[in-house]
Amino acid sequence: MAVATEERVLTGQQFMNGDVACAEGALAAGCSFFAGYPITPSTEIAERLARRLPAVGGRYVQMEDELASMAAILGASWAGAKSMTATSGPGFSLMMENIGLGMMTEVPCVVVNVQRGGPSTGLPTLVSQADVMQAKWGSHGDYEPIAYSPASPQEMFDLTVKAFNAAERYRLPVFVLGDEVVGHMTERVTIPPAAEIDIVDRKRPSAPPDDGWLPYAPDDDLIPPMACAGEGYGFHITGLTHDERGYPTGDPLVHDRLVRRLSRKIQVHANEICEVEKLHTDDAEVVVIAYGATSRAARHAVLAARERGIRAGLLRLITLWPFPRGVVKELGNTARRFVVAELNLGQIAREAERYTRLPISLVNHAGGMMLPPEVILRAIMEAEA
Amino acid sequence: MRQEVRLGGFGGQGIVLAGYILGKAAALYDGKEAVFMQSYGPEARGGACAAELIIDDEPIDYPMVSNPELLVLMSQEAFSKYGSAAAEGAQLIVDTDLVESATREDWLHDIPATRIAEELGNRMVANVIMLGFLCATTGVVSREALEESIRTTVRPGLAELNLKALARGFEYVSAGAKV
Amino acid sequence: MSGEIVVNAHPLDDLLRADRLPHIWCPGCGLGPIMACMANAMADSAIPIDKHVVVSGIGCTGRVAGYLKVDSFHTTHGRPIPFATGLKLAKPELQVTVFSGDGDLFAIGGNHLIHAARRNVDINVICVNNFNYGMTGGQAGPTTPMGARTSTTPYGNVDPSFNLPRLAATLGAVYVARWTSLHVRQLEKSIRRAIKKEGFTFIEVLSPCPVGFGKSNNLGEGLDEMELYRTNCVVYPEADLSQADIELKHDSTIIVGDFVDIERPVYGAGGGEE
Repeated sequence: MAVATEERVLTGQQFMNGDVACAEGALAAGCSFFAGYPITPSTEIAERLARRLPAVGGRYVQMEDELASMAAILGASWAGAKSMTATSGPGFSLMMENIGLGMMTEVPCVVVNVQRGGPSTGLPTLVSQADVMQAKWGSHGDYEPIAYSPASPQEMFDLTVKAFNAAERYRLPVFVLGDEVVGHMTERVTIPPAAEIDIVDRKRPSAPPDDGWLPYAPDDDLIPPMACAGEGYGFHITGLTHDERGYPTGDPLVHDRLVRRLSRKIQVHANEICEVEKLHTDDAEVVVIAYGATSRAARHAVLAARERGIRAGLLRLITLWPFPRGVVKELGNTARRFVVAELNLGQIAREAERYTRLPISLVNHAGGMMLPPEVILRAIMEAEA
Repeated sequence: MRQEVRLGGFGGQGIVLAGYILGKAAALYDGKEAVFMQSYGPEARGGACAAELIIDDEPIDYPMVSNPELLVLMSQEAFSKYGSAAAEGAQLIVDTDLVESATREDWLHDIPATRIAEELGNRMVANVIMLGFLCATTGVVSREALEESIRTTVRPGLAELNLKALARGFEYVSAGAKV
Repeated sequence: MSGEIVVNAHPLDDLLRADRLPHIWCPGCGLGPIMACMANAMADSAIPIDKHVVVSGIGCTGRVAGYLKVDSFHTTHGRPIPFATGLKLAKPELQVTVFSGDGDLFAIGGNHLIHAARRNVDINVICVNNFNYGMTGGQAGPTTPMGARTSTTPYGNVDPSFNLPRLAATLGAVYVARWTSLHVRQLEKSIRRAIKKEGFTFIEVLSPCPVGFGKSNNLGEGLDEMELYRTNCVVYPEADLSQADIELKHDSTIIVGDFVDIERPVYGAGGGEE
């Protein structure tokens, strides 16, 4: 494992919003290519990188739309760059096409979605968490995504670094699912010295170019090493179902093997990818599940419930995908009830239902405002009664 | 102790920058926790403009301002919108020349910040004069923290002017001015 | 004599993925000779083969990427240009050529083409125009001549068609040419020029699609359409491109040639950068 480069890292304590922190995280992680299309509430990421990338020898390109932005970061990744784009719901919808190409051809890159209210143009300037299932299922076909859910500007930095590392490690587009509140709120962000930021680089072919090299022959960890364009490997990459040579095929058996591997390469590493934060869950009768901006209100509510003698706990999801199913199963054995708090009509609540028989109360809002802590507290008290 | 601050005015007065400087002073130079939120959208372009800030000794969970105790208001519109809705015990800091109040009560502190800024040769620093006055009146952050925050935020060429403006805001109080 | 000719090697073996042949293209299709022109031009260029990259979209022409033995990408429908933009900008030493069809580049991908041309990104675009969506069985597209019969224009196409060189020239492409699959020498020379040229270059290559388009439009087999190219094409580089529409009828001329060769600041080569 390598560490970050000093000139890229704004080491020290900063007072910055989540979008800017995300851009700084990208720089620290080694991002050298950003292609994007401005969209509220993610635009500050593009603005920051437009200023910062050229200074570290990277490149910012403003594309004509999000279809192009996603295509461009895939191309840049094949050229060897760590690449990224940032958007919000309407742009995320457009990116789904080439996110699929990225999943199918296993391209490391990072896609940040600072969520706002939807469907459609919805609430451009206001918070929502309604793209959680879009991140899971948005592009056609089966694949297993990785999505992080930051709850603060600090995590917009930290999890963007992690997203790049996961993208490089597992070879796929990785999502940072922020939200408008976390993107636009300004807080203290502590950026460590470069030497303390671990950086992962993609696995490279162990042998020099020769005719026998197979671009899609996976190692034991199910991940194939990746060569880049211009290195002499002479590979062919296609979004069609392909064999280990990278050649297209219509063979259903090859298709099944490929699609299963694309999912399994993430599933078998779920334990090292999944992250949660637990607060007072050990003896909790009521466990609140929350993530992103909402988890801040949930934390407040759980602490307030504790003050009232209610044994409440918080399970904060840091990765939404792969879904941390194991911890939900475990808490299902010790708690009496779950409360899921989220800014959508129950996307994670429905996912949690798959892994527990406990009753789940959903406290939610379609978006446009945060859930106030009192509303979550009331749900805890009702669940406990 | 959680303190909620709201700054209001119109576009171009540096409301957002003032909020940022104040939050940065608390979070980076006073050892406190601070969350700064700027209003976003059409209202941030010209017209009305607002910024919100939470300062606390403890980590801040819920980042939204609900009942601000401190209000810095630099337009009649902001005063009408936020001033009358201010919670009991709230303190209002207003620009004397920009806000007309029917009832001038002891919770209302005023300073002709824009006029003083013009005396300094740049009305753009009225926001910082307001900050100096706010700080002297309420002690929400330390003067040293504010000064450091200004030094690390504004362009180097403008630091001196802004620090002078900050000082004028402080002096206004120490001169014993009352409404 | 049986007339059977046995060869052990093809002169382009080093540049073709022999293990993927035979190709999927129909008899009479023009893509074979066009791809050979590309392979020859790459081999003749001063740039090492390892640095050549070919990017395709979806469709019959999109398969070119899979037969050329260079780093090659068969991307999504309409998106080879932004994909190529990312490749080129992230690694400027690459010589990036987009090889795709008229539907891919001018219908679903039209927006990307106009913006890449506007920026003057240093990539080459070779558009094989067969006047229809061939791979999906001959539907009308943005280059289908008015009146033409396709499976989606059973009463004749009512849409006016694009004049590709005129459009590319208007957008600021620094090099614009049109040839056909018959004009292999001229085409190869054009591709060599495009490879040398810095900035956004555009070459349209007309190609017979006897199965998808020719038969239903009185153009006969592939060779018949080649004969039509031979008799009706006029090499006229100075042509007013507004007069270069294609009707693809036996009594109408087709203007071909190198139309544009100009200089413009190349994207990322100084202008607009810090």
